[in-house]
Amino acid sequence: MTISIDPQKTNNESLQPKGWLRYFSFSLDHKVIGIQYLVCGFLFYLIGGTLASAIRIELTSPMSDFMPRDVYNQVLTLHGTIMIFLWIVPVVNGAFGNYLIPFYVGARDMAFPRLNAVAFWLIPPSGLMLVASYFVEGAAQAGWTAYPPLSITTPQSGQIIWILSVLLLGGSSIFGGINFIATIIKLRRPGLKLMQLPMYCWAMLGTSLLVVLSTPVLAGTLILLSFDIIANTGFFNPVLGGNVVVYQHLFWFYSHPAVYIMVLPAFGLVSEILPIHARKPLFGYTTMVFSIMGIVVLGLVVWAHHMFTSGTPPWMRLFFTIATAFIAVPTGIKFFNWVATLWGGKISINSAMLFSCGFIINFVFGGITGVALAQVPFDIHVHDTYFVVAHFHYIVYGGTVFIIFSSIYHWFPKVTGKMLNEKLGILHFIITFIGFNLCFAPQHWLGLNGMPRRVAEYDPQFQFVNQISSLGALLMAISTIPFLINVFLSVRNGKDAGDNPWNALTPEWLTSSPPPVENWEGEAPLVEEPYGYGKEFSEQK
Amino acid sequence: MLNKNIYLILIISLVFAISFWIGFNVNLLPAEASINAPIYDELFKILFIIGLIIFLGMTIAVIYSLLKFRKRNDQIGDGIALEGNLSLEIVWTIIPSIIVLLIGLYSYNIYDRMGGMKELNHNHEMMSSNTEKIWAGISQTSDNEIAINNLSIEVSAMQFAFLFNYPKGNFISGELHVPVDQKVSMKMESKDVIHAFWVPEFRIKQDIIPGQPTILNFTPTKVGKYPIICAELCGPYHGGMRASIIVEEESDYNEWFNKNKKPEVNL
Repeated sequence: MTISIDPQKTNNESLQPKGWLRYFSFSLDHKVIGIQYLVCGFLFYLIGGTLASAIRIELTSPMSDFMPRDVYNQVLTLHGTIMIFLWIVPVVNGAFGNYLIPFYVGARDMAFPRLNAVAFWLIPPSGLMLVASYFVEGAAQAGWTAYPPLSITTPQSGQIIWILSVLLLGGSSIFGGINFIATIIKLRRPGLKLMQLPMYCWAMLGTSLLVVLSTPVLAGTLILLSFDIIANTGFFNPVLGGNVVVYQHLFWFYSHPAVYIMVLPAFGLVSEILPIHARKPLFGYTTMVFSIMGIVVLGLVVWAHHMFTSGTPPWMRLFFTIATAFIAVPTGIKFFNWVATLWGGKISINSAMLFSCGFIINFVFGGITGVALAQVPFDIHVHDTYFVVAHFHYIVYGGTVFIIFSSIYHWFPKVTGKMLNEKLGILHFIITFIGFNLCFAPQHWLGLNGMPRRVAEYDPQFQFVNQISSLGALLMAISTIPFLINVFLSVRNGKDAGDNPWNALTPEWLTSSPPPVENWEGEAPLVEEPYGYGKEFSEQK
Repeated sequence: MLNKNIYLILIISLVFAISFWIGFNVNLLPAEASINAPIYDELFKILFIIGLIIFLGMTIAVIYSLLKFRKRNDQIGDGIALEGNLSLEIVWTIIPSIIVLLIGLYSYNIYDRMGGMKELNHNHEMMSSNTEKIWAGISQTSDNEIAINNLSIEVSAMQFAFLFNYPKGNFISGELHVPVDQKVSMKMESKDVIHAFWVPEFRIKQDIIPGQPTILNFTPTKVGKYPIICAELCGPYHGGMRASIIVEEESDYNEWFNKNKKPEVNL
């Protein structure tokens, strides 16, 4: 468990480019790789956001008039794929995981630095490939779920490039997952016990287990699908005796855990942010750890709730209803614990805290509609409608993306040594929060009243509500402007942050900002109480 | 201390009152036009009220904490070093578990009342040993097992239309006509990709799958014209894949049926 510094490796480090150029190199430094993940993910977020705006523009009128119908289907497919595989998964896992985990376990780098760099460098080419497939013969147009037979009968080149791209991204994700498990289990500094780790480590351990267990199933499924497309095999093709529902089982065996791959790291990040800005210990550390592991186990046995209308037998519907609804229990524990963390604190109202509280409110809303959707009789009416679209955007945008922004406000001083501007940050929060709720709350009503998802044209009675939703989307697009201005201004001219602007106790703050190449000048500090706020030794100021 | 408790009780009862008021007075659902619809709406109302209580409670707790425990300018130091409270944590594990379990049992009951756990085939005399207990699910029954005493229709879906075959009348229609208050049993199959049959006013939906017939039973209760919507992405014109279901009085239905009926071909 000790960390020996290999002199060979140190020599390699000195050959690495310095300054901003290192962000374009095959750097082995986990901090550089973390920033590479974050910036790369953010660029894809801008592309995915542009596609989302195109969808919302199309839906301001009930007719299909903004773009051709097949292009619309390509846009919604790319929007989903990019947001999931190129923005949220790489950022909450790759970016923050790489930057923070070695600090949290007291290591100088990840367990496998080269694998780590490979995992990152798989992302830009596969992302570019995916976007470029539009210019070949049109991108994939069967939705991000790529259900056969539609995915077999639509133009092949787009679908095949989509499969290759998702396979590479899945590979990147598996490499990352193995690396996180190895780092958290094997690279802890001597004396640091598992139950002393910051909560984000536990979240990443759980997430990485899900990644390693379920992503290979997706990879296998997509390879079979590609055989059906290019080699005329009949795994899923009903014309050749295949079964289309089997694909759905295999696909959701990965893609439901994928939801937890997107939200568990966010749960970890918010557990780091709240105690620091509320100046209180994280409430109920042990129950938090158990609830993460509970979510991991339950998350693997709920996939068929995406298939309640696919013709599943009743016993299966009931089992998946109960299993799904029970995820609300460990998730609920976490939310009660976070509110209890705020209770009685001395809370600094800043951008990081506001985005985290916005996350709690949005996610509770999305979780409540989630419990409702888990009930078979409820789901049968709203399955594949805008109600579902609204529900999962409350989870992944209102939940995870809010936490990504919260984390950027929180760790920006660590990475750059400069503070972000608080006024611009709060403006960013207000526009995002209003825009997000304006965009997605009305969509619940649309779904309940008869608007299916993935349509370019709809019943004219829904036009007004769709226009409200599009107005919200416009606000969300506008909200990135103060954020980008803030980042670009603060990187150069921001207020100096010092090493530990938040007076935090977690280990990444116990070194200089920005940190040196091997994280600490001397030995890594042993942090036995990462949340020891309110105790004597933390009262430095 | 007593004062604090009074405020707490006051706020909790206010949250309950608001949630119940909204739950009973705000209707978010379309018209009810089948036997399923009022049962569904009952479940919706209960979930809506419970959801509102939890959402309002959590939101108030977060906003109250932010206001009450915000750091004042003259304050230094940290909050209280409270690391947890086991009995509190047990309480908020057990109470949600009970709520979730009750909701699950209740929705099971709803599902049963909708016919989810009943035999697929309405006609018990015709039941054979391999009849599955499936509602809106896959059927392994053969064609002649679809009930005789209720209206049976064969639905085929294709990019981008529904066709409704009335075997008794030996004709195919692009519009689904059904008599009011009579059970309809549909056997559905797709000719190309996956589609779905959705009538929002009936609160029913079932995927139409190529290679695997599915069965959907329903009983309309209100005369009128309702949309049939395809709810599964099926290609470029997915949004335009719609049809109508016309629920009419039995006499009107018979008139329509007889007008379209073709004489049986005897071979």
